[in-house]
Amino acid sequence: MSAHRFESIPEVREGLERVQYLADEGIAGIVYLADRLQKPILVEGPAGTGKTQLAKSVAELTGARLIRLQCYEGLDESKALYEWNYKKQLLRIQAQRNAEGTWDEIEDDIFSDEFLLTRPLLEAIRAEDPVVLLIDEVDRVEVETEALLLEILSDYQVSIPELGTISARQIPLVFLTSNNTRELSEALKRRCLYLHVDYPDMDREKQIVLTKVPDITDSLADQVARIVRSLRQLELKKPPSVSESIDWARTLLLLGVENVDAETATATANILLKYQSDIAKAVKEFSGNQQAAKVFAPGPR
Amino acid sequence: MVPVASGSPMLELLAGFIGQLREAGLPVSLTENLDAMAAVKHVPLEDREAFKYALAATLVKNNAHWRAFETVFEVYFSLRGTHYAIGDEAGELGALLDDMEGEGQGDQQGEGAQGGGGGEALTPEELAQLLYQALLNGNDPLMRAIARQAVRRFAGMEPGRPVGGTYYLYRTLRNLDLDSVLDKLMGQARQRAEEQGNPLTPLEDRLEEDEFQTRIEQLKKEIEAEIRRRLVADRGVEAMARTLRKPLPEDVDFMHASREEMGNLRKALYPLTRRLAVRLARKRRHGRKGALDFRNTVRHSLSYGGVPAEPKFKYPRPHKPEIFVVADISGSVAAFARFTLMLVYAISGQFSKVRAFVFIDGIDEVTSYFEGVEDVTEAVHRVNTEADVVWVDGHSDYGHAFEVFWERWGKEISPKTTVMILGDARNNYHASQSWVVKEMQQRARHVYWLNPEPKSYWDTGDSIVGEYATHCDGAFECRNLRQLESFVDHLA
Repeated sequence: MSAHRFESIPEVREGLERVQYLADEGIAGIVYLADRLQKPILVEGPAGTGKTQLAKSVAELTGARLIRLQCYEGLDESKALYEWNYKKQLLRIQAQRNAEGTWDEIEDDIFSDEFLLTRPLLEAIRAEDPVVLLIDEVDRVEVETEALLLEILSDYQVSIPELGTISARQIPLVFLTSNNTRELSEALKRRCLYLHVDYPDMDREKQIVLTKVPDITDSLADQVARIVRSLRQLELKKPPSVSESIDWARTLLLLGVENVDAETATATANILLKYQSDIAKAVKEFSGNQQAAKVFAPGPR
Repeated sequence: MVPVASGSPMLELLAGFIGQLREAGLPVSLTENLDAMAAVKHVPLEDREAFKYALAATLVKNNAHWRAFETVFEVYFSLRGTHYAIGDEAGELGALLDDMEGEGQGDQQGEGAQGGGGGEALTPEELAQLLYQALLNGNDPLMRAIARQAVRRFAGMEPGRPVGGTYYLYRTLRNLDLDSVLDKLMGQARQRAEEQGNPLTPLEDRLEEDEFQTRIEQLKKEIEAEIRRRLVADRGVEAMARTLRKPLPEDVDFMHASREEMGNLRKALYPLTRRLAVRLARKRRHGRKGALDFRNTVRHSLSYGGVPAEPKFKYPRPHKPEIFVVADISGSVAAFARFTLMLVYAISGQFSKVRAFVFIDGIDEVTSYFEGVEDVTEAVHRVNTEADVVWVDGHSDYGHAFEVFWERWGKEISPKTTVMILGDARNNYHASQSWVVKEMQQRARHVYWLNPEPKSYWDTGDSIVGEYATHCDGAFECRNLRQLESFVDHLA
């Protein structure tokens, strides 16, 4: 059994801070627990709140290799787990045809390691060095495909009919992320620790902006965080995410803005908000100026 | 798994807690239970937050359940832990006042430090002043102390009194009069900015207000927590956990939702439509395979040396239904019509065409309000204010509305059309004209009736939904978002 990666919750938190990920109490606590209980973490939350970044940062912190499986509709075991290299097997059989050799020998031969193509999940299991496995956007695969993940998540092993069961040489830290476009199955949820990452509160957002955007002044970061918080309180189609507020802060810095006024905010609103109707609504709310809103959304006549 | 000695106090405490969670409707499985036991071994018990997150990570696997979990947690563990003990707030407030370098508060400090009812020595005006200061500076410990003091003073809680927490909350908030405190805070902020020579721009004004608003919300939360703590102390954990259960947003009844619940419903609607759209699109694509795609099969056969080992199929293109929504928007069912319209338009990509008609006793087509508009909420607002739906007196008359509908738009119903009629069919004893629905059913592909009333109320009083329903392909009870979602799922 491998030694634990972390000693205490504050250690996780400080470690993550060193690699520029500002975790709150909950995030650090769950990463610590995942290490202790050797369970995967299912991270859910709105887009752009740093779910994927969490896995990357933990990998960086522990000095582990990050293996990433991007999920999509139609993902199957040949893309996620392993695949037999048919073409090479075919060549092998053809090469044998002229030479001596019994069928049994060939069969043993073509279903050996040499002909196995490892895909991310198997690779994470077989890795000798420490790895962090990231299964990204797991809600994109169909419910039936989820079952592929179950064996790996609960027992850290993969069964290949022709080869037998391959167990993990070391227990990887596993992160699954989900944008919540559908309910995940009970079986999957039961095997994971659940972490919901929401938009950070104002102070944490300000700290994030300060860390991620070097050279930004304290007062500008504060204004960015405050405006973003107010925006999130409106009923928008897509509230600004953390990554968008970072982009916005960078933009403001590049433009040499020191004090955000209504005009600057309006002119750069398209970095924070990605729907025309959202922009119009925000401008209307914040400027109290109907004329400005008209420019953005002519609307029905 | 770490074995837990049976009979240990921790085990019993957790078992009781999980029992409460299940009572509150959270699904907690046996393995999750075991995980929670294992998890709490790894966190320091004196760290309340870490303990809470450890339990949450293992027991709660759905964000919608988080609030319920938090409430049960606060109630269950509220009286366990030293600094949550009741009765020390007077000393606390006194100590805080000592820390504050306040003007003119010296005399109260003295009394506060004398112990006993130090907090009581403050007059209401002084308490209000303190509250104002705390909100202005965002002083959290002071705010907590004031919340406790306010509950003690204004809520008028008596042991054994059978009223809910909301009553006490209302009493406390009424006495604090937070709205005028907010006005005062804003006035002060504006004045200060003006004195400094640069008055607040609308943007700054808004930000300032949001800031104070957040602090006030926080104060309200503190007050709520305090009331809950006291109620638990009075009535015991089990009784409290039962009364505090709140329905999830999906389960809130459209017809009886409070304003706050309506807000939550609106917030829940958008993610729901997104989920629904993804699911419907997926269903469409994966339902059945289409005809053999010859070109594609031949191309893929090349990697098998010309053997068509992997047949490829065309994507099926099932037809998309055309939807007519005919909605009653009179007072009692307006909220329901609004949500249904918003939902249908949010996933209008799944239908070839959507047309909307609204009525009370007259009927009007409102499809144009939704055309080229990104913000459905705005369009629904226009429907409610601009549509010409009153014919005589503005009381629902389904019969007349249907008659006019048939006259003006009946011919446009085709075999591709699915008609959704929304309403409680409370016809104020007018003629039903149910022949229109019958005719509709003959022309249209389907006619569905959605009723926001509980099924047990149907056909009572002036409700004649049964008479219409005999001519429909189905009449559904749609009281909450969950039922609405499952209907739309069925529809597409």
